[in-house]
Amino acid sequence: MSMTSLLAWINAAVTFGTIIMLGSVGEILTEKSGNLNLGVPGIMYLGAIGALAGAFFYENGNPAPNAVVSLIISLICALAASGLGGLLYCFMTVTLRANQNVTGLTLTIFGSGVANFFGGSLVKLSGGVGQISVAAASSAYRAQIPGLANSLGIFGTIFFNYGFLTYTSILIALAAGYFLKKTRAGLNLRAVGENPATADAAGINVIKYKYVATTIGAMIEGLGGVYYVMDYIKGTWDTGGGIEALGWLAVALVIFTSWKPISAIWGSFVFGICYWVYLYIPGSISIALAKALGTSNPSHMQNLYRMIPYLVTIVILILVSKRKRRENQNPQSLGISYFREER
Amino acid sequence: MRNKYEKPHDSVKEPLIHLVRRADIPVAKAWLIRLVCVLAGLLVCALFIMSITSLNPISVYASMFSGAFGTSRRIWQTLKDMGMLLIIAIGLAPAFKLRFWNVGAEGQILIGGLVSAAWMIHLGGKVPGFFLIILMAVSAALAGAVWGLIPAYFKAKYKTNETLFTLMMNYVALQLVEFCVDLWDKKQSHSVGIINGDTKAGWLSPLFGQQFAPVVLIAAILTAAMYFYMKHSKHGFEISVAGESENTARYAGISVSKVILRTMAISAGICGIAGFLEVAGVSHTISSLTAGGRGFTAIIVAWLGKFNPLAMSLITAILAFLSRGANQIASDFNFNTYASEILTGIILFFILASEFFINYQIRFRSKKGKEAA
Repeated sequence: MSMTSLLAWINAAVTFGTIIMLGSVGEILTEKSGNLNLGVPGIMYLGAIGALAGAFFYENGNPAPNAVVSLIISLICALAASGLGGLLYCFMTVTLRANQNVTGLTLTIFGSGVANFFGGSLVKLSGGVGQISVAAASSAYRAQIPGLANSLGIFGTIFFNYGFLTYTSILIALAAGYFLKKTRAGLNLRAVGENPATADAAGINVIKYKYVATTIGAMIEGLGGVYYVMDYIKGTWDTGGGIEALGWLAVALVIFTSWKPISAIWGSFVFGICYWVYLYIPGSISIALAKALGTSNPSHMQNLYRMIPYLVTIVILILVSKRKRRENQNPQSLGISYFREER
Repeated sequence: MRNKYEKPHDSVKEPLIHLVRRADIPVAKAWLIRLVCVLAGLLVCALFIMSITSLNPISVYASMFSGAFGTSRRIWQTLKDMGMLLIIAIGLAPAFKLRFWNVGAEGQILIGGLVSAAWMIHLGGKVPGFFLIILMAVSAALAGAVWGLIPAYFKAKYKTNETLFTLMMNYVALQLVEFCVDLWDKKQSHSVGIINGDTKAGWLSPLFGQQFAPVVLIAAILTAAMYFYMKHSKHGFEISVAGESENTARYAGISVSKVILRTMAISAGICGIAGFLEVAGVSHTISSLTAGGRGFTAIIVAWLGKFNPLAMSLITAILAFLSRGANQIASDFNFNTYASEILTGIILFFILASEFFINYQIRFRSKKGKEAA
């Protein structure tokens, strides 16, 4: 494999990994509060459409949109949309005590519906024609630190070839790790997720912790959607269901990291490498495999290679469950709604 | 913090809203609460459609009603949508009753559809039609069952998280379908098109002149059969015991891993049959869209219907009506069909919320500051 394609692979893996890193760091915070939110894909969708819609309403009909203003508007809209998704989940599961899995799945259906509907129809609803595009905002998201990527050779290409959200997300993951391990509030949050009744007895406001952790977690997940729509597909929309698959991988990554945000950093890049491996498997292998399976066209093998990230996840799941260690387990009360009077 | 031994007196601030779990509630009142919640949900759906179209609420529902029931063909299509979703939901019901989170119905449907399509393509016209249909149905059920047994085995053996395992199996099935579509597609169009369009080999033949009648009939039969299996068989009893408490089940001499494997084989097998019905009775093709998200919606249907076939039928009826109706509005106004997912989400949230008002009573702080009884 040539150096250029190896570098391209690494760049693609980092871009891809950033999306699921944000998704899984948000979900780790959420799950640490005992809320198993299967609405991650839906919340990422909400963040994505929030960012796209915000930037679209600013840029549409604006002859000279300011890229930075567009970026700020889109960020605010995305955080609001995904935060509302998290609040809705909390309202249903914490206040109304609905089943967490069912609420999460409903949120995924709802978020996917909202995002794909408006992603496909915003232009039409505002009286225009054609495909949605927010060039100014997307260019601001993808802007690199000037000079670094090109002047530092291979090092620059590997480390500085990305927009600011890539670095922000690593900082978020580090901050989340520090928060959970080293702060009082983080300790309280873990107590809520492990045993809400005990936490309650110790004077921790269980409901407040669940709401705040889940809503902030949802906002971080929403940033994953922002990254997808602004950086990954460059400020357009595709209704192919790409975010949904990424959202589920983010949920899987939570178990892979055994609920440690810092492991999500490298874990997500490993997932990114696995996801793009199908483009970099040598042609000779494809030709041999295609012959063995009786298809004339070696490019068909890519369909099978694209199973790899999911198969890897399955293998990891099995290995993690075989080798049970106490510190690698999920929060004890994960998935169970807490009602003080039902102890 | 309040101390539970402390006597309530005027200086203690009582919370404004106080929740009490209801001991039991008359059936009629419970259904009234559900009805009110569904109506509220339908109202919000109408408001959403009003905001994107120029319709008033009455014409919204008039238009949706015509989309779902306007012609005899539309009625059958709505019934078919309902039947397909119901089959998947009753397939999932035993697994969920066991608290086995089978989120893999999508994959089990796809794999059932895939083997059905494989037989149609390779044996169509070479074997008698009846034999072909039976072969397709049986192998679809088996393929679905295998797809469900893999995660069930690891759940029973190592307690591997089944939610994520079954979820990942969906994507493996999806890629397998994509691969086979390319393999069978002679025109490089990334689609197999209508299979056996000329010979109709492997197509379910219409009943009473209706193309979708067999699907609806099979849905009704399977629903009734599942009702008896869950309510009146030893297996059904074992499922409900093991679902409530693994330890109780073990104490009663029930082998939990055996119940997990058996239940998942049945659950996933029915989802495989749903895939067969979609390919043989509805679309006559296979693609990555064959399952179409129904594997997820059906989970919510099964859970909200509390595995009660009547309740599940009602919920699928509402969802089928909403999705057909939303598609009608989408085509009238040239929107994409994702509007129906928004409506599905809204109505499900309202049905989910209705359970709260059935299970809990809300008491407000009484004026005198005394403990409300």
